[in-house]
Amino acid sequence: MEIKLILNGRPIVREAEPDTLLIDFVRAQGCLSVKRGCETSNCGLCTVMLDGKPVLSCGVLAARASGHRVDTLEGLQAEAEDFVAFIADQGAEQCGFCNPGFVMNTIALLRENPDPTDEEIKAFLVGNLCRCSGYEGQLRGIRAYLDAKKAREKEAQ
Amino acid sequence: MLKINQYVRAQSLDEAYALCQKKSSVVLGGMMWLKMEDRPVGTAIDLCDLGLDRIEEKEDGWHIGAMVTLRQLEQHPGLGTLTGGALAQAVGPIVGGQFRNLAPVGGSIWGRFGFSALLTVFLALGAEVVLHGAGRMPLETFAAQPYGRDILTEILLPKQPVKAACCSMRNTATDFPVLVAAAGIRDGQVRCAVGARPAKAALLTDEQGLLAGGVTPESAQAFADWAAEKLSFDSNIRGSADYRRTLCRVLVRRALLAAQGEEA
Repeated sequence: MEIKLILNGRPIVREAEPDTLLIDFVRAQGCLSVKRGCETSNCGLCTVMLDGKPVLSCGVLAARASGHRVDTLEGLQAEAEDFVAFIADQGAEQCGFCNPGFVMNTIALLRENPDPTDEEIKAFLVGNLCRCSGYEGQLRGIRAYLDAKKAREKEAQ
Repeated sequence: MLKINQYVRAQSLDEAYALCQKKSSVVLGGMMWLKMEDRPVGTAIDLCDLGLDRIEEKEDGWHIGAMVTLRQLEQHPGLGTLTGGALAQAVGPIVGGQFRNLAPVGGSIWGRFGFSALLTVFLALGAEVVLHGAGRMPLETFAAQPYGRDILTEILLPKQPVKAACCSMRNTATDFPVLVAAAGIRDGQVRCAVGARPAKAALLTDEQGLLAGGVTPESAQAFADWAAEKLSFDSNIRGSADYRRTLCRVLVRRALLAAQGEEA
């Protein structure tokens, strides 16, 4: 069947099977940041934005996404750039496999809530699993980014 | 692996209903559960174009469309006020936001899954369901029925605010619950549901009059003890029947006291 959607700002039309999952569809278009970590809709690695909302692309048919806007980390580099260095500075990740999904959901968090508390960060990112770390480094990284942003804003005033 | 032969976005409920009468057809919810099944599906019916993703307050109550996501449910200010935050308490611990942005209310309620905190809390809230086919009925009636071939279109909640709360025990955050308890108090009438026993949620009312004098720490404990004796519990990978019975004594008390607005 024909799938028509906006992928990272670019309209595309492709053939896919009725049971093709969105994760496999976007990976076939070269969006390899989207990872399959669990197959049980639990790990958050396959997070993409569907009409701006973070969703698990392993749980959506490409057919249902047809007619909608899909964004992957490939299309959100500028937005991610702001804070990923802060997470790296904490040495938060080891293997990095979970990073794209984590970054995608952090983008969603900061869009919805630009100044979250630690509890709000944890609640929002709880569906992103990392098997190397204890999540403390990632939390410190996001906190450091928010603190740096506030300091910059204060200076600008 | 799930194999789908044909995908159809229904353009009307009648079309969806007609397609659903074939045994090989399946109505798609969020696919969170369905995609893990190993079965052939003839026609996958998608309700996403039918405007069932709305939460509306009408004359006869709150209408929650079957395609409203768990995330919409937990973030809706009107439903938050109506239920004292009980819906958000029920769905907030489910996996993560990306999951809850996909999983629709209708999928969870249609499935009548044992682990469903949503079924538990809606039973306590006195919800009704609307089926294209069988019509409108109390949720407890629907929950007891076998899986039919109707289309679940809406969940209804009474307009009258309800003092409510939902408590669960999980072995790890975001996992399936070991036990869920929810309580709703409207006009002094108490509805209490206990789910993940691990069988599907059961509804209790105060048939013994244990709460007739009001919900206090003592009466809530008496009701919770009675509930623990009255309900059946089973063992599975997440906990034993005895453990669940013990949890029931605690979680039912907490849910009642939290609903009443007392410290548990």
